[in-house]
Amino acid sequence: MRHIISVLLENEAGALSRVSGLFSARAYNIESLTVAPTEDASMSRMTIVTTGSEEVIEQITKQLNKLVEVVKVVDLSQAEHIERELMLIKVRAGAKEREDMKRMADIFRGRIIDVSDNTYTIELTGAGQKLDAFIHALDSGAIIETVRTGASGIGRGNRILRA
Amino acid sequence: MDRIKGVELTGAEIVVRCLQEEGVEYVFGYPGGAVLYIYDELFKQDKVKHVLVRHEQGAAHAADGYSRASDKVGVCLVTSGPGLTNAVTGIATAYMDSIPMVILVGQVPTHAIGLDAFQEVDTVGITRPCVKHNFLVKDVADLAPTIKKAFYLATTGRPGPVLVDIPKDITTMPTEFLYPESVSMRSYNPVVKGHGGQIKKAVQLLMEAERPMIYAGGGVILANAAQQLTDLVRLTGHPVTNTLMGLGGYPGTDKQFLGMLGMHGTYEANMAMQNCDVLLAIGARFDDRVIGNPEHFGQNPRKIIHIDIDPSSISKRVKVDVPIVGNVSEVLDEFLRLIRAGGQKPDAAKLKAWWKTIEEWRGKDCLKYDHASKIIKPQFVVEKLYEVTGGDAFVTSDVGQHQMWAAQFYKFDKPRRWINSGGLGTMGFGLPAAMGAQMANPGATVACVTGESSIQMCLQELSTCKQYRLPIKIVSLNNKYMGMVRQWQEFFHGNRYSESYMDALPDFVKLAEGYGHRGVQITKPEDVEPALRDAFKRKNELVFMDFLTDPTENVFPMIPGGKGISEMILSEDL
Repeated sequence: MRHIISVLLENEAGALSRVSGLFSARAYNIESLTVAPTEDASMSRMTIVTTGSEEVIEQITKQLNKLVEVVKVVDLSQAEHIERELMLIKVRAGAKEREDMKRMADIFRGRIIDVSDNTYTIELTGAGQKLDAFIHALDSGAIIETVRTGASGIGRGNRILRA
Repeated sequence: MDRIKGVELTGAEIVVRCLQEEGVEYVFGYPGGAVLYIYDELFKQDKVKHVLVRHEQGAAHAADGYSRASDKVGVCLVTSGPGLTNAVTGIATAYMDSIPMVILVGQVPTHAIGLDAFQEVDTVGITRPCVKHNFLVKDVADLAPTIKKAFYLATTGRPGPVLVDIPKDITTMPTEFLYPESVSMRSYNPVVKGHGGQIKKAVQLLMEAERPMIYAGGGVILANAAQQLTDLVRLTGHPVTNTLMGLGGYPGTDKQFLGMLGMHGTYEANMAMQNCDVLLAIGARFDDRVIGNPEHFGQNPRKIIHIDIDPSSISKRVKVDVPIVGNVSEVLDEFLRLIRAGGQKPDAAKLKAWWKTIEEWRGKDCLKYDHASKIIKPQFVVEKLYEVTGGDAFVTSDVGQHQMWAAQFYKFDKPRRWINSGGLGTMGFGLPAAMGAQMANPGATVACVTGESSIQMCLQELSTCKQYRLPIKIVSLNNKYMGMVRQWQEFFHGNRYSESYMDALPDFVKLAEGYGHRGVQITKPEDVEPALRDAFKRKNELVFMDFLTDPTENVFPMIPGGKGISEMILSEDL
């Protein structure tokens, strides 16, 4: 099953490699991993999307907690949460496709953030499935380049992850 | 707080001052370019003594053996690049067995890092998966606090090796020296006290058990909880087994002790593990060499209580019913308090019936071997070693058949006497570990049980033994084969002894003599005991005993890989 795990960790050189090293050493899956400092610059917040049985997820959270630089770990998917991912997608937009492509971006509430004679770059935010749906909705020949950030997640309401 | 106001020390001076502050007696190491300033400071003082090994692997194993035999932190110091890579096997060995160590490593100067400088490796990257934690010091102001943290991390929670990578330029930079008194890290707060409710539940289960079993591992040794374990076992009347890492955690000569369990454990210990209805696991981790196939183990219903300091050890291979995270020593104290206060007694009739079954298993005498053999049986050598040393030696071992025979036939009554590489299984561990054990216990009897193959992996340390006059007794069970490899090839690879024969063996007697020690070869069973008696009388000499043993002997019982714990092969089955 898919799980989305949030990790609060010291913002120190090498902390990321400890986490990624843990996943490869113990043969855990990583679907995506994002990390950036929080409002407190000494701390980073990481979101890991992974899959595995309940036992594997239990081990993943325990092993993450065991890392000396990790402050807190929570499996967001155990309760109400929100997740979002950002995609930048460059598509063909010559004279012929231009109108259609603009309409498609609008339907998905994407924003065109760069325009050239024959391309658009569209910014799209949402849950992973929405970004997938946009890609599927396009003719595969229309896509020139795709960049996705991987999911970031946060608990709903009073579910808070702080040091 | 030891602050020298206004006086600045260099990084190298700080390193040595930190070791002094920590009360470090010995540093096991080998000099090189990146650590020259640190060695210069070691030279100028005599509080911290340096032990010069002959290969950095030896430094790490010696520091490890020192720690295992003393409960102090093992410290080693190596240079950058190959100095560190040579030590990695020793660091990984300590990591797998949770041994508290601090490894200080030289690094190329900060401005050269990442430029493929001479003797540069990514030390932090290479060692990341085999240390509890590691640090690269990039500012001399961080040096003392980092070393303090290293000692703190190594010894608290689940112990382990911690490495500090120190660039050469840092060792020349001056700063005010301040050794912190305590450490506080918001991201590191190991649980010590066990959960009261869980402990109550566990005690209840234990007292109601009809077929209880206590399974104790290296955690008991590391937490210095042998006394509490012994009290608990005596108080409950329950049977107890130790893992390879836990031997000595309960007196090996006691009748409630069923021997070691696992792949080469006794029939009675393994059968009791499989057939018990309540299992109390203490500082042990249900690893593959202990319970074999977890599915097979799960076929028999039983309630499992698991005490461990490391939450990730719990429910890793086997789902447990009552997890208790905490320091084994403190948790067992609480068990004892509750049992004594509660007045609940185990069901004597049920327990008696259970012991009757166990005694039947014990009656199989699964460790029997041919005592009338004309060729020296390796088991016989270990039995005699036990007799001659009065069961009171520090025994280190290498890895393979001899290790298993030592574990089976030397009955350890005290913790920290049995020192072996249980987790990583490192050949070459025995001799340098014996050096550390002897350093930690001057005047004590130290024996290294080894084989002709293992001993050749860190043989160069014979020279270190000479330099520091370490009167270790090397008991080499020479069967001319990598015995355990040969045994597996006999059982599972159609007797094809691929590359397991040790051809062109050196003359070990001359070899020992060449290093300035005494060497003897023993070829007949009747000479075994006299040779051992003579060797152990020589309090100031290292004696290398080359016992020519039966090359066809196998270790029994044996659980084949992937099989269940009760699916043992016994010697009589063949």
